[in-house]
Amino acid sequence: MSEQLIPRLRNRVVDPRPGRGVWHSHRAVWTVLALLLILIANRLISANFFSITMVNGRLIGSLITILDGSAPIMLLSIGMTLVIATKGVDLSVGAVMAICASAAVVMVNRYEAGATEFYYTPGVIILLAVGLGALCGLWNGILVAVINIQPIIATLILMISGRGIAQMITSGQSPTFTNDTLAFIGRGVLFGLPFPIYLYLAVLIVVFLLVRRTALGLLIESVGVNARASYYAGINAALVKILVYMVSGMCAALAGLVIAGEVKSADPHKNGEFAELDAILAVVIGGTSLSGGRFSLVLSALGVLIIQSLLTGLYVSKLHPTANLVVKAIVVLLVLLLQSDEFRNRLTRLVRRSS
Amino acid sequence: MKSRFFPLLMTFVVFILLYLFAYSQYSSFGSMRVVCNLLRNYAYLGIPAVGVTFVILSGGIDLSPGSVIAFTGVFCALMIERQGMHPLVAFAAILAIATVFGSMIGVLIYYFKIPSFIATLSGMFLARGGAYVLTTDSISIRHPFYVDISNIVYVFPDGGRFTFAAGAFVVVVLIGIFLAHYTHFGRNVYAIGGNETGAAMLGVPVARTIIGIYALSSFLSAFAGIILSLSKRSGDSTIALGAEMDVIAAVVIGGTLLTGGVGYVVGTFIGVLLPGVIHTYLTLDGSLTPWWIKIIVGALFLGFILMQKLLSSRADFARPLRSLRRAEEQQQPV
Repeated sequence: MSEQLIPRLRNRVVDPRPGRGVWHSHRAVWTVLALLLILIANRLISANFFSITMVNGRLIGSLITILDGSAPIMLLSIGMTLVIATKGVDLSVGAVMAICASAAVVMVNRYEAGATEFYYTPGVIILLAVGLGALCGLWNGILVAVINIQPIIATLILMISGRGIAQMITSGQSPTFTNDTLAFIGRGVLFGLPFPIYLYLAVLIVVFLLVRRTALGLLIESVGVNARASYYAGINAALVKILVYMVSGMCAALAGLVIAGEVKSADPHKNGEFAELDAILAVVIGGTSLSGGRFSLVLSALGVLIIQSLLTGLYVSKLHPTANLVVKAIVVLLVLLLQSDEFRNRLTRLVRRSS
Repeated sequence: MKSRFFPLLMTFVVFILLYLFAYSQYSSFGSMRVVCNLLRNYAYLGIPAVGVTFVILSGGIDLSPGSVIAFTGVFCALMIERQGMHPLVAFAAILAIATVFGSMIGVLIYYFKIPSFIATLSGMFLARGGAYVLTTDSISIRHPFYVDISNIVYVFPDGGRFTFAAGAFVVVVLIGIFLAHYTHFGRNVYAIGGNETGAAMLGVPVARTIIGIYALSSFLSAFAGIILSLSKRSGDSTIALGAEMDVIAAVVIGGTLLTGGVGYVVGTFIGVLLPGVIHTYLTLDGSLTPWWIKIIVGALFLGFILMQKLLSSRADFARPLRSLRRAEEQQQPV
């Protein structure tokens, strides 16, 4: 075990060596810098990028679009950050989004058709959908923590069959709905701002307090750095892992509901398609290392904003939409290189040598 | 010995049992037609799977195959149909491009310490995005060379057609086995996967090997793209969406451990064909809805992992703990 850890330690983003001059700085600097650069680039592309106007009691503007559009990935990134901090990864979130959204919409359809049982009331349906997400997370958590399957493989199982489960729930259809309560989650407006913003801020604050005002965050980091040492220190590593996958599942359920509410339908194919990749990307851009250990929910949120600002910038630019993915790949690579200590060190050496 | 070969052996046993079961239900499984169709239809997954086996053996992961396949198809279609290039020239060009592309991913991973998951994810976006930029139309290829190649076929007495694609798949697997077990490169890959620091200290050229691994993987993905383009006779930028997950699943079913250092190319070969047999069986059966097929494939995947877990102890985390605890107990004075 220990000899396997050495190469991973070598890959740590953390560089404990002191006195690296200007290049040695808090990792947040590079994330914030990247976000600012992208926002400035967006401002250069579109003159009224930062303008926010009030129309019919709701705020309109590109910045609001960024905050609103980032809701699903933002929710996913909260759970994903915790999972990645335990040296895991959750590939199933996209499929879990589809499962929970499908279940919620099918149940709302029953309610709309006149079902009177209490569990068919919209409020309860939302709770049940989140509970279903927790159940999916429990499944992943048991595979990872109890059966000791590598997280990529363990969550790949639900990623493969999850879409099938979602299709089974909707009988292969993409049902639509009209219920306002469920739609509010995705398209509601509260005090001039889209409701999803409040939703993810609330989840972010609750999870933040949970991990930073209790020992949970420390336990998660400890399990991520060295699960075995944590075990010897008396930490129930299995329980911590199961817990983070459950949080991830619940976040995925909310993200699925946001998308379902936005389009007023459940599409078992499209809901959350490739969302897991964007969520993982956001967490890594935010500076949480895939090799586990210390994490930052706030930086992950900034990572989501980087991706979403980039996307919104591409929409307002006159660039042909087919180029979106290429620009995204290049910008993501640049951000990753900017954050890579190795890259910056090599660059400095190169500059010094030439001067 | 037991722990090294057991996952591989299990894969073989399950494959044979499954095939015999399918044969008992549908006698057509005994014909070369089904065998040849399996090889032909799964060549585009199997060829990159050989490359990804090397990546996973080294302890990394490659998410780019599906996108590289799509980019290759679109590139070939455009070069042949719009630029009037001879297919062989286009093939040589795309293979060279893919090799450079893979090497660059390798550089990101080795020199800049970007995790392979993220580096190849960017590569996936880049290749798929590149395909979209080239064209979002589906372009059909009418070059006579494509017809010539599809005429290269060995017909078995019972009508099974062993096509060029099937042959390419088998040849790539054989070359992969040779590369893994009879060359310095293969030994270096296993060494790096077992312990990268240790390998570096023993003088394994880690940088060259890691860059070579990702170059090989991209090269084979592009080759698979060529094979797919030959059989589809068209280039489509949305082709092979999500194929990377099928490829990774095949490698894992084949008994290669994601922790690196353990696995066999021949296992990957079986790992690709196994879901193929299931799909063929379920298609012949016809009574199952598409979503049940997905769920069953996922469940079988789980079953496989569980069996490997039960029967091999390599990656078992609890076992070293248990033996350690036993050692501690023995040391204590009674």
